[in-house]
Amino acid sequence: MKVVVNISLKEGVLDPEGQAIETSLSNLGFKNFSDVRTGKQIILNFEKIDENEAILATKKMCEDLLVNTVIETYKINVLKD
Amino acid sequence: MRSGVTIFPGSNCDRDIIVALKEISGKTPIKMWHKDTEFPNLDLIVIPGGFSFGDYLRCGALAARSPIIKNIKNHISRGGAVLGICNGFQILIEAGILPGSLIRNEKLLFTCRKTILEIQDSMISPFLSGLKKGQYLNIPVAHNEGNFFASETLLNELKNEGRIAFKYVKEANTDDDYNPNGSCNDIAGILSKNGKVLGMMPHPERAIYNLHGGTDGLKFLSKTFEKLIG
Repeated sequence: MKVVVNISLKEGVLDPEGQAIETSLSNLGFKNFSDVRTGKQIILNFEKIDENEAILATKKMCEDLLVNTVIETYKINVLKD
Repeated sequence: MRSGVTIFPGSNCDRDIIVALKEISGKTPIKMWHKDTEFPNLDLIVIPGGFSFGDYLRCGALAARSPIIKNIKNHISRGGAVLGICNGFQILIEAGILPGSLIRNEKLLFTCRKTILEIQDSMISPFLSGLKKGQYLNIPVAHNEGNFFASETLLNELKNEGRIAFKYVKEANTDDDYNPNGSCNDIAGILSKNGKVLGMMPHPERAIYNLHGGTDGLKFLSKTFEKLIG
């Protein structure tokens, strides 16, 4: 079972990379969009435990290491086989 | 003064701070590998700059979960002094020893240049008590994630508790680009609640000899040494 963690910067936290991408997209002529934000994705493969256990374990991993909760938020999604 | 310098895979300023501390104290600091869990009582632990664990995940995130961190926390709870420089500052924040966050530089550039630091009106601290409020130090920076970010509440708390150690300031007749990373309130370094832990982005070990372009780092480290052996 694969569990996907999507990590993004909290609202109000400066995302200079997102801003640079936004400028570049505008330079290419793309319109009608704003507030480009970047993030990262971490994929975990769990074996021998059920979905709830996997989600609980992932949540603990996020709080202990994967996410800097001062500036980042995260969402956990389970990929069904 | 008994001092130690931590070394993680990817640390690269360990040699320079070891040379600087030997120059000042006459004693060579002990090297502390990140997996070491036993070392003698020390007066000062320096977490040097570099790119620990290749800056993977977030700068300092993996180093902050290394076995040695528990011992550093014990050292702090015994009242020991810790200096985190650049990546060392990032590690102290990731370990929850200092508050806030260090994010990408505002202009997305790795900045390597001299900066001017102004000593702030800080609490009693071995790192600052030998220097005067308002005094300037010329010490260079070299980083990509040195943009100190904190909530208004935390910024006020740091100010009111005298925990802001240095701010970047403008030299007369220079450009406005004095803050190399866009940090909140131009903050370059902060102290822990007891004043014994300092995290700073600038590299004092790169301003030791005249050949470096200045010796203010030597001045800062010498004053710290004097206070620590007190």
